[in-house]
Amino acid sequence: MLVNQFLILGAVLFCTGVYGVLARRNAVMVLMSIELMLNAVNINLLTFGLVVGSISGQVFALFTIAIAAAEVGVGLALVLLIYRNRSNIDVEELDLMHG
Amino acid sequence: MLENAYIIPLLPGLSFLAILLFGKRIKGGQGAHYIGVPVLAVVWVLSLIAVFGWINRVDDVTPAEEAGVTTTEIAGSSVGTAGDPSSPVVLAAEGEGEAGVEAGGHEAFAEPVTRSATWWSNAGENFRVGTLVDGLSVTLLFVVSTVALLVHIYSIEYVRGDERYTHYYAFLSFFSAAMLFFVLSQNIIQMIVGWELVGVSSFVLIGHWWESLDNSNAAMKAFMTNRVGDVGLLVGMIILYFAAGSFEVPVINEMAASGQIRHLLLLVAAGSLTAAVMSKSGQFPLHTWLPDAMAGPTPVSALIHAATMVVAGVYMVARLYPVFYEGYSIGTSSINGLALLGGFTAFMAAALAFVQWDIKKVLAYSTISQLGYMVMALGVGAWTAAIFHLFTHALFKACLFLGAGSVSHASHHTFDMREMGGLRKVMPHTYKTFVLASLALAGVFPLAGFWSKDEILVGAMRGQQNGYPLMLFFGLLVAFMTAAYMTRVIWYTFWGEYRGHGTPHESPALITGPLWILAGGAVLGGLVNLPSAVADKIGLGGAAHLIETYAEPVRYLDQFSTFSVAAPSLGLALTGLALALGGILAVYLYYWRQLGPHGLTEQNVWARRGYTFLVNKYYLDHLYTGIIARGVRGPVAQAAYWFNQNVIDRIVNLVGDSARETGRWVYTNIDQGVVDGTVNGLSSGAEATGEGLRVIQSGRVQQYGSLLFGAAAVLAIIFTIVI
Repeated sequence: MLVNQFLILGAVLFCTGVYGVLARRNAVMVLMSIELMLNAVNINLLTFGLVVGSISGQVFALFTIAIAAAEVGVGLALVLLIYRNRSNIDVEELDLMHG
Repeated sequence: MLENAYIIPLLPGLSFLAILLFGKRIKGGQGAHYIGVPVLAVVWVLSLIAVFGWINRVDDVTPAEEAGVTTTEIAGSSVGTAGDPSSPVVLAAEGEGEAGVEAGGHEAFAEPVTRSATWWSNAGENFRVGTLVDGLSVTLLFVVSTVALLVHIYSIEYVRGDERYTHYYAFLSFFSAAMLFFVLSQNIIQMIVGWELVGVSSFVLIGHWWESLDNSNAAMKAFMTNRVGDVGLLVGMIILYFAAGSFEVPVINEMAASGQIRHLLLLVAAGSLTAAVMSKSGQFPLHTWLPDAMAGPTPVSALIHAATMVVAGVYMVARLYPVFYEGYSIGTSSINGLALLGGFTAFMAAALAFVQWDIKKVLAYSTISQLGYMVMALGVGAWTAAIFHLFTHALFKACLFLGAGSVSHASHHTFDMREMGGLRKVMPHTYKTFVLASLALAGVFPLAGFWSKDEILVGAMRGQQNGYPLMLFFGLLVAFMTAAYMTRVIWYTFWGEYRGHGTPHESPALITGPLWILAGGAVLGGLVNLPSAVADKIGLGGAAHLIETYAEPVRYLDQFSTFSVAAPSLGLALTGLALALGGILAVYLYYWRQLGPHGLTEQNVWARRGYTFLVNKYYLDHLYTGIIARGVRGPVAQAAYWFNQNVIDRIVNLVGDSARETGRWVYTNIDQGVVDGTVNGLSSGAEATGEGLRVIQSGRVQQYGSLLFGAAAVLAIIFTIVI
């Protein structure tokens, strides 16, 4: 069975995404890394759906894709507004919530 | 009506509530009489029905006995009527049936109609409330409702425009209710309640114009003095209860009359109750409140302090007569406390009446004197004469008081006789009625007072074996003095020249109407109880001694061997009449003809001293307020002050100091140390934690993200290992 390979692929993708989110300073890259993480989760869902023999995994994957699209829309809109206000999109500098 | 007599006090009670609740809305607070007068009229009619009902009841019993029917059956049937089972109220007829059987040999007599309901029970003893209707109660019902009705009518004019008009009528109704309730008492608890209720309404009405300090002081004095006697009332009633084992008046009377209670107990009970008579009926030495009570409105004086409330003591003695008869050994001793008290009071009050300038105070002392007469009559065993005198006195004394009110109403609201005079021309109605009532009071033939006074004198002469010579002497002396001081009042008020200011005028018909009705009573009142010798001669026969026939508690009096209605004595009647006329003549000569020693008090030191002694009312007020009250007040106050300073203050200070010390200790150790420490510790701990945690709140999303993921990873690892 190729389950392990799929799961490993998902894990690698997820870790890449996490790295991207934590390490990149460009907000667009952060968003893209989040997409990666979501897709890693999608692979996991499909894989386990296949293992169990249920269609639910694919249904959830579809939901995730739909929500990811919405999320990217909102996220890019935020990034656009941030850029308009501050002329850059460096997430390091967005520290207004510091305590 | 006899069974449903409770309606009679109930109606004025309801009228009291109605006037209190709605009185102010009728004619802007000046229309309370629209409730009070009709209700009293109904009460008067009901009382009259009760009188005739009782007369019929007695008549029904007497002929039946003559026809040979045994007493037992009559007694049984009368109990049967009373005990109607359909009635919701329990009808009590205790002891009556057996008494009837016991008294089989005696003359038949009508049982009192009793009806009562349980008020409350305690420890197996039922406290009942109910009505007891017999000849005595219906006599009083008639007197009270008649005078109360006339006073209600009279007050419409007299109190018109008063700012507390509604209040006045409300309490007039309240008094009527209380007095009727008292008169119909079936047990001694009820008597005490009624006694106190009339005392309260007397207090309220004396102080009706309480804005003046004198008036409220007079009200207070009346109330306080009555409290002194009330202690005696309570003690006496408690003794009676424990002696007889019952609160019911008939039971107590039966046991006292049949000698089932020890004589000593009866003597103590009668003595205690006499204290109550002293205060309520103004007997020496507790009479001092009654003249001061004249501070109240005059109709109130007429109703409460002349005709009805002050005879409550006399009524109480008459009601519980066997107790007094046996207790004081009336009928076997030649002198007893009750007769002496009454005789002395009659004499000393009559003497005081001579030196008063306030017309109402003269009448007040006259009332005390006449009450003394009644008490004396009871003391010498002349029960019927006492009640007869109560009846006639209520009529003519109410007339006199209302007449005094009319005079004052007409002449600038003064009661000082020095500011009156010559009023007979301008106030013919008031003058005529006043003179008629005065003649009745003086005991001039053939007015009411002559007959009742004569019966008392006869009682004093024929009472027990040898008569009561001292009482007879007092009685005759007082008859002379009464005639004299009333003539003096008439001289100062109605004759001579007018000495006041303003223009006196005759009072309107609302005032003269009641005056004429009462004057009619003063003239004809004697017909209620003429001696049979006289009654037979003028062809009235049995109709003319109603009180003797219908009111006497024959049942008890029969058992007192010596008691009987004394045969009238022509010689005594003539002596009494002569003394009364002599009194009038003496004063007539003194004032009208200017004969006799005028200016005696200026010339003779002894006369002046006597006069001062009388003006100061035997210094009794000085004794009470100056010596007794101050004597008690001084040491008591000092002791109380010492106690206050040395004991109470010390305790309070000690408690305060220790409380302060405790407080200080608690402050330093517990409050500052423990509580504040905890709070401060908590807050500084929170502060330090916050400072520590502040570091990680960098505001950088990625740092948060790394923490999140790091924590998630750690959790994941833990889960993997554990699971």
